[in-house]
Amino acid sequence: MSVALTESAPPTASTSLALEEVFQTDLAQAREPKWLAELRLEAWARVNRDAKISENGIAVDKKDERWRFSGHKGWSLEGVARAKNKFTGKLPDIFAGGHPLTCAGQLTYADDILSAQTPISAKLANQGVIFLPLAEAIAKHPELLREHLFKHDRALGGGKFLSLHQAYSRAGSFLYVPDNVEVPETFFAAHWAATSGVALFPHTLIIAGANSKVNFLDFYGSANDAGAACMAGAATVIAGSGARVFRKSAQNLSVEALSYHDDTIVCGRDADVKNIAVHLGAQRARYESYSKLNGPGANLELCALTIASDRQEFDQRTFQDHVAPRATSNLLYKNALLDESRTIFAGMIRVEPGAEETDAYQQNRNLLLNPAAEADSLPGLEIQNQNVRCTHGATTSRLDPEELFYLRSRGLSKNTAYQLLVFGFFEEVIQRVENEALAELLRKLARGKFGK
Amino acid sequence: MDQATQLEIDREKGNFRYETDYAFDAGVGLSPATIDYIAEVKGEAPWVREFRHKALNIFESKPMPTHWATKDLEAINFSKIRYYLSQGQKPSRSWDDVPVDIKKTFERLGIPEQERKFLAGVEAQFDSEAAYSRMKEGLSKLGVIFVGPTEGLKEHEEIFRPWFGKVIPTGDNKFSALNSAVFSGGSFIYVPKGVKVKQPLQAYFRINAENFGQFERTLIIADEGAEVTYMEGCTAPKFETATLHSAVVELVALKGAKIQYITVQNWSNNVFNLVTKRGLAHEESEIRWIDCNIGSRLTMKYPGVILKGRRARGEVLSIALANDGQHQDTGAKMIHAADETTSNIIAKSISVGKGRSTYRGLVQIPKHLKNCKNNTECDALLINANSRTDTYPAITVRGEGNSVQHEASVSKVSAEQIFYMRSRGLSEAAAMSLSVNGFINDLVREFPMEYSVELKRLIELEMEGSVG
Repeated sequence: MSVALTESAPPTASTSLALEEVFQTDLAQAREPKWLAELRLEAWARVNRDAKISENGIAVDKKDERWRFSGHKGWSLEGVARAKNKFTGKLPDIFAGGHPLTCAGQLTYADDILSAQTPISAKLANQGVIFLPLAEAIAKHPELLREHLFKHDRALGGGKFLSLHQAYSRAGSFLYVPDNVEVPETFFAAHWAATSGVALFPHTLIIAGANSKVNFLDFYGSANDAGAACMAGAATVIAGSGARVFRKSAQNLSVEALSYHDDTIVCGRDADVKNIAVHLGAQRARYESYSKLNGPGANLELCALTIASDRQEFDQRTFQDHVAPRATSNLLYKNALLDESRTIFAGMIRVEPGAEETDAYQQNRNLLLNPAAEADSLPGLEIQNQNVRCTHGATTSRLDPEELFYLRSRGLSKNTAYQLLVFGFFEEVIQRVENEALAELLRKLARGKFGK
Repeated sequence: MDQATQLEIDREKGNFRYETDYAFDAGVGLSPATIDYIAEVKGEAPWVREFRHKALNIFESKPMPTHWATKDLEAINFSKIRYYLSQGQKPSRSWDDVPVDIKKTFERLGIPEQERKFLAGVEAQFDSEAAYSRMKEGLSKLGVIFVGPTEGLKEHEEIFRPWFGKVIPTGDNKFSALNSAVFSGGSFIYVPKGVKVKQPLQAYFRINAENFGQFERTLIIADEGAEVTYMEGCTAPKFETATLHSAVVELVALKGAKIQYITVQNWSNNVFNLVTKRGLAHEESEIRWIDCNIGSRLTMKYPGVILKGRRARGEVLSIALANDGQHQDTGAKMIHAADETTSNIIAKSISVGKGRSTYRGLVQIPKHLKNCKNNTECDALLINANSRTDTYPAITVRGEGNSVQHEASVSKVSAEQIFYMRSRGLSEAAAMSLSVNGFINDLVREFPMEYSVELKRLIELEMEGSVG
């Protein structure tokens, strides 16, 4: 992967994100409040303390179980820098030609710089809803941000990336929905890599008040045929008591990009949270999902669909942390593997001693469409309470020859039968987005991976 | 409950110790001199001595696997362990020659009775050397070899040397290296072409001396079309300080052969039981591990099968029971290395009190293979509020037409079942015991009869007092 990055804009030593002066200049230019500057410095100290992050990139500790099966080449930061200029070209409309998405508000970033904004309606604003670019939110609502920004510890192995993210992340969206406010439309944030060799640090912070209802979509893509990019993103969802949060995200960066992304979800009492992630792009993408069932009776649904092709590697680590009693969580991760691609699914359900009557499920299904592809599965359980029901399942197989035979006996061509079965495999996840515009978009993107 | 009293006596069966005057004692601690001493006493060939020395170097250079395994391993003090003890070198051939003290130990373990129950051969190991070893003459006539490793490597070098240390290389892990350095005792078995040994071969292992590590080495070779079942049972008296048991067991099933290896492990609760077991299955052969872990402080054992030949089949059936102060870290490895190979893993664990049971699994199907299948099921049962269970499988699949399924579940004993049985007049403890036996019943059925009875009793004993 470092090959692709070196081919892009020639690296100049002074812009390397691992350098002290680059960080300091960045920090000085941002003119952030003291509490935030301290969080940045703290993160930067972690970046530096870890000798393994250097100008050459981020090394991966082979002995760390949390990186088991990952490609051990490390992540190169070579030639990756902040974009110098605002992107002036035209960004694609991902919903063009299909159903338009009904948005409550929209934020668009290109190369980590805000390029377009559709503010929320006056009605929503009057109800107390806040949907702002991160920088503006920090200035206008410091108390809310101070309480929640960069606050959650994750232990899924990506600490180095998260430190870098915390040191540099300024492009982001902040959503606050007060208690008892229901917003049926979708809040939409799009992050584009538009210039080759750009570094992205997208951040999403969603705070859903008690009994509120929220829909959110994050999209990460490469516009304008931008080649290499390096993304270290993070999103945090904090769902209050009885909140119903439905977050969707899709990653469709160019095949030369590197992507690290962390989703952290905290569910309050009786909260009902769904998170659907679709992974299509990047040469190498690591996705970590940490969910904490913090309130009794919370219900969480985690879904992911990954379509890997060429020599892509998708490394997915999930953690369902049951802290409170009577909570339920249900995970379904589906991977389809083409060509010489590779997927890793490592999931963990942990039931803490106090979490009685937990009902947790975890399922990983891998569809091998090429003998050269490799699927690794590490489904795990750590149970410390006896009054629970926890199960997991992992399967890896090719398309069922009998199903293919049946379809062909009904007169379908081999190709059509194959596509029908493969797209059927995706549909289980796509249907769950419960939004026609988005489902249509995902189908289009998924099929795009088979076009070649 | 009458039965319970009866069983309580059984439980103390293994908890006794005789003062034994050890004729050979390698002293405390591990150094090249220890190795030389062992090799000297055994009169081993130079290549064996060299093998041991090499292994010692590897053992010393390897770090403890604590980056994934429990930190409890750090409690082992290698410099305080006795690596070799023996009462004499030649295994006695008839029961009368066995020293009276040792006979007493075995009588309490019921070995002579076992033999009367027409077991094909009994090899009882008392600390390092086989104290009693005899095989039914019929088997010897068929050409079956059933000896200890010293005799095996000396008298039958041409048979055992080609496979010795080949299935589990010395450097496989820290403890296989330790075993390769100081191994003593164990069984070397060869079953000639086409010979089907009808009765199971059996060995009992005991650790008697305090601070004594036991490092038996077993190598079983089933030649083309041969069939053999081997059973081992382990008991150790209770001691104040921790003891170490670190065995290496290698199985080789040549074309069309079948090997079944059965273990009932009931070490006392201060034994570290760190065992490497692996089989090499050639074309159309079958290797089956049946593994029950009930005793020990910490067991780390993942029997594996390397499916090397076309249509080979591997199976691991595992039962683990972890009570207070115990950690059963068990599992299975299936390494597919040929087309159309199949493997099956069924693991059931029960955690009682503060016990912790862990399943760790590895399934590998590399890219050049076709039509391989694996099925894995792990079920965990938690009895008390602070019992703990973990599952850590790792599955890698490539290639064409391969399919793998893994399923695991964690549950408690159903309150409705207990209620139903109580309404029928059973005590809560009896109902619980019945329910637990039901949980493992489909696996226990696979065992030879004597073992399934013994196992059910052991589990009942462990469960005692955990309910109510």
